Amino acid sequence: MNKDIMICGVGGQGTVLASRIIAASAMEEGYTAHSAETIGMAQRGGPVTSHVRIGENAFSPLIPIGGADLLIAFEPSEAVRNLKYLKKDGFVIVNRIPVKPTSLNGGAEYDGKAEIDFIKSKCRCLVVDSDELCAPFGSSKFFNVAVLGAALGSGELGLREETVRNTIVKIVPERFTEKNLAALTAGMNVVS
Amino acid sequence: MSKKYVMGNGAIALGALSAGVNLVSGYPGTPSSEIIETVAKYPHEGTYLEWSVNEKAAMEVAAAAAYSGARAMVTMKQVGLNVASDPLMSLAYVGVKGGMVVVSADDPGPISSQTEQDTRRFAEFARIPVFDPSSPEEAFDMVQEAFLCSETYKTPVILRPTTRVDHAYASIDAPDFFTAKEYEGFVKDSKKWVIFPRLSYQNHAMIEERNVKIGEAFSDCRFNTVSGSSAKAVVATGVSYAYASEFLKDHPDVRLIKVGTPYPTPERFLLGALDGVSEVLCFEELSPYIEETLLRLVGKHHLDINVRGKLTGDVPHSGENDTDSAKRIISRFLGLDNAEDSVDLSAAPQPPMRPPVLCAGCPHRASFYAVKRAMKGKKAYFCGDIGCYTLGNAMPLDMVDTCLCMGAGITMAQGFNHMDLDAVAFSFAGDSTFFASGITGVVNAVYNAADMIVCVLDNSTTAMTGHQPHPGTGRNMMATPVEKISIEKILLAVGVTKVITVDPLDLDASIKAVRECAELKGVKAIIFKSPCVAITKPDKKCCVDSEKCIGCLRCIKEIGCPALSVSDGKAVIDENLCTGCGLCAKLCPVDAIGGVSHE
Repeated sequence: MNKDIMICGVGGQGTVLASRIIAASAMEEGYTAHSAETIGMAQRGGPVTSHVRIGENAFSPLIPIGGADLLIAFEPSEAVRNLKYLKKDGFVIVNRIPVKPTSLNGGAEYDGKAEIDFIKSKCRCLVVDSDELCAPFGSSKFFNVAVLGAALGSGELGLREETVRNTIVKIVPERFTEKNLAALTAGMNVVS
Repeated sequence: MSKKYVMGNGAIALGALSAGVNLVSGYPGTPSSEIIETVAKYPHEGTYLEWSVNEKAAMEVAAAAAYSGARAMVTMKQVGLNVASDPLMSLAYVGVKGGMVVVSADDPGPISSQTEQDTRRFAEFARIPVFDPSSPEEAFDMVQEAFLCSETYKTPVILRPTTRVDHAYASIDAPDFFTAKEYEGFVKDSKKWVIFPRLSYQNHAMIEERNVKIGEAFSDCRFNTVSGSSAKAVVATGVSYAYASEFLKDHPDVRLIKVGTPYPTPERFLLGALDGVSEVLCFEELSPYIEETLLRLVGKHHLDINVRGKLTGDVPHSGENDTDSAKRIISRFLGLDNAEDSVDLSAAPQPPMRPPVLCAGCPHRASFYAVKRAMKGKKAYFCGDIGCYTLGNAMPLDMVDTCLCMGAGITMAQGFNHMDLDAVAFSFAGDSTFFASGITGVVNAVYNAADMIVCVLDNSTTAMTGHQPHPGTGRNMMATPVEKISIEKILLAVGVTKVITVDPLDLDASIKAVRECAELKGVKAIIFKSPCVAITKPDKKCCVDSEKCIGCLRCIKEIGCPALSVSDGKAVIDENLCTGCGLCAKLCPVDAIGGVSHE
């Protein structure tokens, strides 16, 4: 299998854990995996991306423009910002809940609705709602795993549920395991 | 042996451990910081590890290990190499016994740095070999090869990864336990280890002759490769080779040359690789290093080859390359179709700007705000420094007038004081920066009778680079606890006339401290002490009572906390971000913001 998955959002949303779980699960299934993250000053509230590349066909740590099979966006405007990386027939999973920029100017008008409409008009996509998904868990910090559940449920991730569950058990601190597994299930149920 | 999924920095760490490294030292700096942290993480025996107080100290500690016949590695970011350049330049003349690898991570973009300097130039300047990895896997191999090269030629060797290699993840096959190499120990020989003009003169000549031999050996090095055979060739280095490969995988006939050992020039390799080439595109980041190398070769050997790259405007001088620019630039050079095959974005809404900001609840925000309030209506200079708190420049705080390099805030504030006696000069340095290069600045200011206020933003960690310990934290890479070095005692010892330690989240006390210091002559200091919110668990959060909120938005306009936003004309707090610092609550004119305990 060759699969390029891009994860994007705003610094602090937990995109790194999502990419680590995908890469580790892919390796568990016997594939070669590479990934690349945004680290450093840029991650303090700025746009962040993770490029996850599964398979032998990846020469660069970064996915080429028009190369991603799947774009997982934690935020509507970040989805649009990175849509150029999506293959023409690629799939988008996007959170409808916006992260407003801190500046007073512009932050107030932006609500993410135009972005969601645009994505719907251009691509195959699944729109999820992090507030609804995470409400039972008491924190939006579980969205990163919930959205992986949605990706699994959509069938676009190319990985087995069992592998992802095992990876979560291995990677996530034990006291959060149960909630994360439940978040994964909640995400999967969004699709079915 | 087992597969370990690590970032490029982890691969460098595993490579060094595999080489039996005896000592690793360094100073944190993006994109190099994870190397030492990864060495610490994997089970090993006999390797001494330290976060040094700065890069110069790290280089000198490592040099002594290499003099002792031990294998030593020192890690830093590219601007750190500037700090360590004094020992490095001399060390290049003196040489080493045990292998010594200097990892200097370059940052094209720049993504998290002050400069786009190129460590390959530094290697040439210092006349020492440099390896340039194009992937984490190659970095793992190169660091081991670099130790061998260092021991063979008795010289420090540079490994120069760039951000995208440092932070790219790959799986590395490496042992599960590492044992450091045995070493002979230091053998005294003052003719060899004491640098004097005569030794420098002799060794300079020796180095130039030796470097020709290294270039010859590099010509057979496995890190320099050629594929394809076209008359139009692409030469790429570092991660740019990965980007070029990604594009050229569909064009295997195109000649692609990788230079993994840029200096000393692998001349025989390059001449062979360029045989039959009429035009060559140099696809590299930072400076046109390979391009100038090829121009020199073309001139020296009277070759009829057109050399293209940054100097001809084909490749941008600044910023990083990526898969997109590789496709665009290389296809233009080769005359290939460059059609985009992605989603039509012509009608896409413009995404909002998201400049990096201080975290919600960051105590630096409160420190800056206190100084701003205390100095309202007065003339003042605010000299910033390197760390998270450089972000204090952002609106609405707007509290960083200058930022130059590590430690410069203190000495520059002193300079402004001498140039303008009517203003109050402030410097802002973090605790790690204070230890790294702030102390000499304070001594300079006291000695030269400056009037200024040194603000130490003490969050008890090196936050920006990932929370490394430093001399004030009470732990180092080998032991916990160690004696905490007191910033207050240092300041008093060097003659600072007034030192006030205050919790920046106590706004009234902080403003009072600033006003008190501003009235006094001499060098004064305020230690704003409150732990970094990224490593402490908040026990409260704030919320806005929308009944009470009058929508004045003073909280947002004054401090710019990312947890605050506007909804239906009133302030709202994102409870996932809020740490309950309460700074906004202190500004609210109608007491609409209150604290709630976390469950």
